[in-house]
Amino acid sequence: MSAQAASPTGIGARIPRRELKRLLTGHGRYVDDIKLPRMLHVCFVRSPHPHARLVSLDVTEARRAAGVAAVFTAVEINPKCEPFVAVALNRPGHRSAPQPLMVTDRAVWQGQPVAIVVAASRAEAEDAAELVVAAWDPLPAVGDQLQAIASDAPAIHPEIADNIAFDFTLESGDPTKAFATADIVIEEELRFERQTAMTLETRGLIADYNLGDDSLTVIHAHQSPYQMQEIFSHHLNIPAHKVRVTAPDIGGAFGMKLNVYADEIATVVASMLLGQPVKFCVDRLESFVSDSHARDHVIKCRIAVKRTGEITAMEVDDLGAIGAYGMPMRFNVAEGMHLAGLTGAPYAFENYRARTRSLYVNKNLIGMYRGVGFPLACVVTELLTDLAADRLGIDTLEFKRRSYRPKSSLPCVTAGGQQLDSVSFHECLEKLARLMDYDALRREQAELRKHGIYRGIGIATFVEPTAHGPSGYGPTGAWVSSHDGCTLRLEPSGAIRCTTSITDQGQGTLTGVAQIIADSVGLSVEQISVSGGDGAVGPYGGGAWASRGAATGGEAALRAGRKLKQNILALASAITQTSPDQLSIVDGEVINTRTQQPVISLAEIGRIGYFRPDTLPPDFEVQLSVTASFVANDKMYFMGNGVQASYVEVDTETGFITMLGQWAVDDCGRIINPLLVDEQVRGGIVQGIGAVLFEECVYSDDANLLNGTLADYLVPMASEMPDIFVDHVETPERSTQLGAKGVGEGGLIGAMGSVWVAVNDALKPLGAKVRHQPFTPERVLDALARARKEAAE
Amino acid sequence: MTESNNALLGEEEVVIETILNGRPLKHRAKARQHLADFLRHEIELTGTHLGCEHGICGACTVLIDGRTARGCLTLAAQASGRRVDTIEGLTVSGKLAELQEEFFARNAAQCGFCSSGMLLTAYELVSSEATLSRAEIREYISGNMCRCTGYHAIVDAVEAIMARRRRS
Repeated sequence: MSAQAASPTGIGARIPRRELKRLLTGHGRYVDDIKLPRMLHVCFVRSPHPHARLVSLDVTEARRAAGVAAVFTAVEINPKCEPFVAVALNRPGHRSAPQPLMVTDRAVWQGQPVAIVVAASRAEAEDAAELVVAAWDPLPAVGDQLQAIASDAPAIHPEIADNIAFDFTLESGDPTKAFATADIVIEEELRFERQTAMTLETRGLIADYNLGDDSLTVIHAHQSPYQMQEIFSHHLNIPAHKVRVTAPDIGGAFGMKLNVYADEIATVVASMLLGQPVKFCVDRLESFVSDSHARDHVIKCRIAVKRTGEITAMEVDDLGAIGAYGMPMRFNVAEGMHLAGLTGAPYAFENYRARTRSLYVNKNLIGMYRGVGFPLACVVTELLTDLAADRLGIDTLEFKRRSYRPKSSLPCVTAGGQQLDSVSFHECLEKLARLMDYDALRREQAELRKHGIYRGIGIATFVEPTAHGPSGYGPTGAWVSSHDGCTLRLEPSGAIRCTTSITDQGQGTLTGVAQIIADSVGLSVEQISVSGGDGAVGPYGGGAWASRGAATGGEAALRAGRKLKQNILALASAITQTSPDQLSIVDGEVINTRTQQPVISLAEIGRIGYFRPDTLPPDFEVQLSVTASFVANDKMYFMGNGVQASYVEVDTETGFITMLGQWAVDDCGRIINPLLVDEQVRGGIVQGIGAVLFEECVYSDDANLLNGTLADYLVPMASEMPDIFVDHVETPERSTQLGAKGVGEGGLIGAMGSVWVAVNDALKPLGAKVRHQPFTPERVLDALARARKEAAE
Repeated sequence: MTESNNALLGEEEVVIETILNGRPLKHRAKARQHLADFLRHEIELTGTHLGCEHGICGACTVLIDGRTARGCLTLAAQASGRRVDTIEGLTVSGKLAELQEEFFARNAAQCGFCSSGMLLTAYELVSSEATLSRAEIREYISGNMCRCTGYHAIVDAVEAIMARRRRS
């Protein structure tokens, strides 16, 4: 990129997100705000049992209830949809049972859909759902991964007797020898409970099957309309070009609205059966047992270090509980695979072993959620290295300085097989130390300890693979596009309309795309409108997944902008009889680069191009609409990185943890809009803090959810959150012209690591350690009690 | 499931008379309908959002006689004889426009789903003319869940208005 911006509102400008004006004045339009003529509403009857045989199902009374149009069960719904078998084609040994849309004879998680009531209003559908009578014969449930892997565990699916979805091992160097010969080995077992994304707007869609022409339109609160078009087409047997999915305003997604849900597809089937639009907006209470869950891991991990501080080996052994089925398209073995691939990534060492086993349990499906397995790798790595530094008597910051992969070793492939090229661990660390005033905080911590006040400092280094290329999903057989596109059209007014394949659920990507176009064409963002989220219009793409918007959609926009600029200049050249290489576009006007004088406005270009092409040379081709696409074909991903710090206080009487401060230095490559990037980082951080301190889907041993309301499932609110200070290092991605990497997940990844380390740092003088997320007051007090007991023995 | 006929409970209609966003309104509603559903479904003011329908998330916050209230825990009938203000109505008033401007400038909203409730809570706070610390502002808005922003920018926005008040 040239340093000189062609537009003051272009790349790097800290401008507000344009879409917000609409949302802040109550003019947003979310799925539940939309009414279609003759639209019906649905309510699902769900299995109350985690594992049970459906003995009988009587819907006759419900069908007679007021306002009810239909009540469907597996009998009507399932034959219309090919069941989902969510296994990756390129991973031998990956197994899943076929998932039907509705329970046939056996429910395998609490919340699985059993019947769908369709009525004139949601209230009437809910009333009628209460009249559905199901008789169940409860079966023994597999409650967690440790139960699932026991030799006498019941099999959830007869064809998968050992409940193992996938067992993956990765090894490099000679970890056995390295652990045997290490000066110090530190070994830990960490537990991460289940949580859920808890978007404030629940999932929702309006399915509208038109019997007139057998076409399907779905207004869907989903991150990838393209993915859903493929699914509706293939699984419901509708020609692809007759399926249109559009995404309206979406009230938060975080990966959760990327997954494939049986209840959403059953809603589409209901519309096909009735020939009327059908709306399904998930009730908050049912969101707890139907939105995808995340995490749920038991991880054994260890590190080998020499007395000099050199890391010689790391090892992880993970058991993940992924629910009752594989997640269609997105494969819920990803968290474990990320853990295996990314553990230790910022550090220089050669010997490594990782094993991850994904296990079926009688619980809701695990799916994509911000960070996927990256935060697990960050926690493991940063807790182990912090403990190693401590054991060696080296300050944790100094240990990192010595142990990070040196810049001179880049590009490299890590022990876990990750490609690192443009990362900046050392720069981020030094900037962070200054930003937080590390030495002063350490002094304050030491001083307060003398007074029985236990504060902790946690530093966490992370990598964030973003904007994945086709090598990730391509070979799995999933209909997931890593390619993104951008279409630009010069209007007769001289303004530009953009259609992007990127979707925006609050990130601000559409504003970022406008800024890129502003720069690459040479006009102000005010002259550019950007729309995304319509799977039938504009270029094909992936939508929002794995932090790709700015990086891949932005690159496509940059390339489209440059093409359009060329075409505009060619037309300007034909009109003004000036060589195109003497022309450029600045602030919406074509200028002569030698004289810097305006030659012709974009509005005049548009007017002549569209309305008076007869005044142009007869062979001149007017091309004022262009499309460019981009895919990171030669890379696994663009690797972002960063370092974060947490400062916490633990009340040893109550077990309560107070967040005192959070600092982040993030490197997401070229920054399109610093305001939006800062807020992505902050928002991610709060979800990371929530994960470590509060969030847990609490299940009984036999897989019954115990806290399925927002009163019981704790999310971070303002009063528990600290001020968050964000700074950046900018190391552009080398493989693109734009140089941007993704930034959606780093906030969460780093915060989970830094809070884990900080809380444990606070407890060090007491000999206590918490290893079970979330760190509830009860778990903190248990840790303190264990430490006292050990000290007494 | 049971012999009782729940479907009829609360189906009877009541007449609601209110001042909605400064204008008198007379409208029928089912007795069981809560205020947020009434606003969204009957009046088609969809700026008030529903995030949980059990009083926790704060997305449905409206003002009743100038005080914040949960639209999901208030029956529409309870608003009869009172003044109700929603995000749509307050947009035209000076104070909220000022707040919205501060939210806009700082990106103190992302998906926008919490914003109607968050803005009305913040409106109540800045209308009180009090000058609060950041911790106190955080406490005040802690009945409104925001899953996107991390709250920092929202606190900044409220603080900026309080600081401006102090100076003027």
